[in-house]
Amino acid sequence: MQFRSEKLSNGLEVIAEVNPEAFSLSLGYFVKTGSRDETPEMAGVSHFLEHMMFKGTARRTAEDVNQELDDLGSQSNAYTSEEQTVYYMSVLPEFQHAALDLLSDMMRPALRDEDFQTERQVILEEIAMYDDQPPYGAMERAAEAYFRDHPLARRVLGTRDTVSVLDPEAMRAYHQARYAPDNLTLVAAGAVDFEQLLKSAEAMTAQWKPSQAKRQLVVPTYCNDSVAMVHPPATQQYTLQYSPGPSYCDDARYIARILGTILGDDSGSRLFWELVDTGMAETAATFTQEFQECGLFCTFLACAPEQDEENWNIIQEILSQGKDVPITALELELAKNKICSGMILGSERPSNRLFSIGNAWTIRRKYETIQDASEHYRQVTLESVQSAFEALADRTSVTVSVGPES
Amino acid sequence: MQQKVFEHRLSNGMVVLGEPMPWLESVAFSLLLPAGTQNEPKQRLGLAGMTLEMCQRGAGPYSSRDIVERLDFLGVDRSSNVTTFHTTMSMAAMSRVLEPTLEVAAAIVLEPHFPEDELDEARQSALLELASIDDDPAQKCFKELKRMRFGEVFGRSSLGSESGLTETTLEDCKQFHRNHYTPDRTILSLAGNFDWDRFLVIAERLFGGWKGPAYVGPTSVASIPGNSHLKHDSQQTHIALAYDSVPYNHPEYYQGRGLVGILSDGMSSRLFAEVREKRGLVYSVSASAHSLHNCGSVLCYAGTTAPRAQETLDVTVQTIRSLGNGIDPNELKRLKARVRTSLVMEQESSSSRSSQMAHDWAYLGRVPSRKELLQTIEALTCESLLNHYKNHPPGRWSLVTIGPDPLEFTDAVS
Repeated sequence: MQFRSEKLSNGLEVIAEVNPEAFSLSLGYFVKTGSRDETPEMAGVSHFLEHMMFKGTARRTAEDVNQELDDLGSQSNAYTSEEQTVYYMSVLPEFQHAALDLLSDMMRPALRDEDFQTERQVILEEIAMYDDQPPYGAMERAAEAYFRDHPLARRVLGTRDTVSVLDPEAMRAYHQARYAPDNLTLVAAGAVDFEQLLKSAEAMTAQWKPSQAKRQLVVPTYCNDSVAMVHPPATQQYTLQYSPGPSYCDDARYIARILGTILGDDSGSRLFWELVDTGMAETAATFTQEFQECGLFCTFLACAPEQDEENWNIIQEILSQGKDVPITALELELAKNKICSGMILGSERPSNRLFSIGNAWTIRRKYETIQDASEHYRQVTLESVQSAFEALADRTSVTVSVGPES
Repeated sequence: MQQKVFEHRLSNGMVVLGEPMPWLESVAFSLLLPAGTQNEPKQRLGLAGMTLEMCQRGAGPYSSRDIVERLDFLGVDRSSNVTTFHTTMSMAAMSRVLEPTLEVAAAIVLEPHFPEDELDEARQSALLELASIDDDPAQKCFKELKRMRFGEVFGRSSLGSESGLTETTLEDCKQFHRNHYTPDRTILSLAGNFDWDRFLVIAERLFGGWKGPAYVGPTSVASIPGNSHLKHDSQQTHIALAYDSVPYNHPEYYQGRGLVGILSDGMSSRLFAEVREKRGLVYSVSASAHSLHNCGSVLCYAGTTAPRAQETLDVTVQTIRSLGNGIDPNELKRLKARVRTSLVMEQESSSSRSSQMAHDWAYLGRVPSRKELLQTIEALTCESLLNHYKNHPPGRWSLVTIGPDPLEFTDAVS
């Protein structure tokens, strides 16, 4: 396993975790752009653009793109988050060059008007699909209440209103500003021929011009708030709480992730034994979400509406027990084993490694082996987890609950 | 594609399979027990799932909490589920902890305590899981499709029914365990980094003394065509559609599977191109091959906002029927490329390999090699696929929709 990185003359960084023993390789363009980089009027443009990137280029029709992805036998896809848009493919090593050619060409899309109108319908379907699914917009509503005027308050998919009025010209301008080589990273993992990758990338991206794209980083101000939403067809009650947590760049995130596992993992955690194992709640969980300059400690409950209040009170009590029921050495050890073993098991596929190294490099400009990552968890002390637990007692929080009419 | 698959039968009839993948650090196993929803008494729907849940609430030297803590300590990734014919437990871990992991799995299957004071909690969990499906219309749609298409016994959901779960007693669970957790037809398949001879010694030690009744399998499963609509106050209408095809153990299975691939595998597949890319009707549309003993079906799904649901259904059916107009050589080429890639990538995951082996043995009584599979796929031609379509045209349709309004569908009765 060898890490390689190089910066091309146009500013594009190319990084790879090379494993000559691997059967396949994964390639991806990680674009440092997402919903947080949009203006409120253009909410959803990053995600809409991600769909449009599959709709053809100057030298390929939409059909060509889809057929070539399949010709290469690739497993490919893309996703958009608050902070990133990622396009990736997993292929056999002999297709490295062809895969990179296709993926690089896709980064310069045609953005044709007629495709734009058809794809808008697909996005509106996607919005409708999520609106119909639990927790029925509670996550988006919680982000709005928690982040308020912060860029992270915006919805990744945008809204029906913003998506309905987006126009192709504005999308083209957004693409030009955000998909510049100095805002992209080409990431590879697995059986990669790195010299060849560099040579191909250099040739394929020679015309790309840097844009000095910026991201506005703001530490949010926190407040307490509580929102009740009604979704008449719902049969269960869903409650979500956001509190401050460490950012993706803060070493305290290892502590928070371990604490989230001890308190609210889907098996063996305190909330599991109290609420899920006993059949009182379908889900009772705590977990973290991390962004570049800030983070969240999240609590989620799904249960029958008539049990919601009692369950929620139990959760609040468990989360406030830092002083009375301290974290034990056994809990800490089990959480570390669970997290580290999960990482190692997941790392056997190059496609999983692609995301780990791509995310770390894009946001933190850092490469870590699996062993490095495990070591961070291993070094977390009982005292630090205990102190993070005690701090939960007076956290600020935004709580959103959604369910049928009572 | 070097590959070696070991097969062995323990003295009690239990089948043990192993495929070494020494390039991995992990090992994974699937334990497939011949205890499915089809074995539940009619008045106890959900019993298979309740029994599995109760087995994990204390077994052998472990309490309920010990089991979870032991597996977390060992760093074991695990899951379990119930299907029509089987109860399955799957675990993956680093290879050095294989033996202690298997010890926990064996205790769960062979020596459950069935603690009386945990029955109500297990029941409440199961009832909650059953209720939660009402908020998941896509899953509910397929649950209803299965019920309608495969009938009272073979169309059962692993979630059970409210009355079945409510009435289940501890004695029911014990009896289900006695009758259906049996070495006959049980398969333990292992893939990853392990030593076969050493593993056999462990398997014999843990499972060799296990006794149980002989397995009685289903005689035949047949599909029942039909059409139904469930009213739901949602923006989208969910469409679940099924038609007859050939099952996994049919000599022409890969012809049928090839046609499903042309319909639904990849971004250039016909359903994706026609329903989503050209018309923008859906975000999600797909088809998959499904086998239930000797009964093969193709299951399709599409979700779209209500005013466009009729068009979506019509275009979906039309696209399925377009297979009869012939297969383009490029479509076949892409299909083969995808299979080649996925067969190579299968070597990167011990979990997916172990569950595939167990599935193969359950259906075929053997584990076909990657080489054999590749040869079968390479031998497919446009003509053979078209002939297969003509000999097995889509028929005996089932349709279930969930959404504001029902849809017109004349094929359901053909």
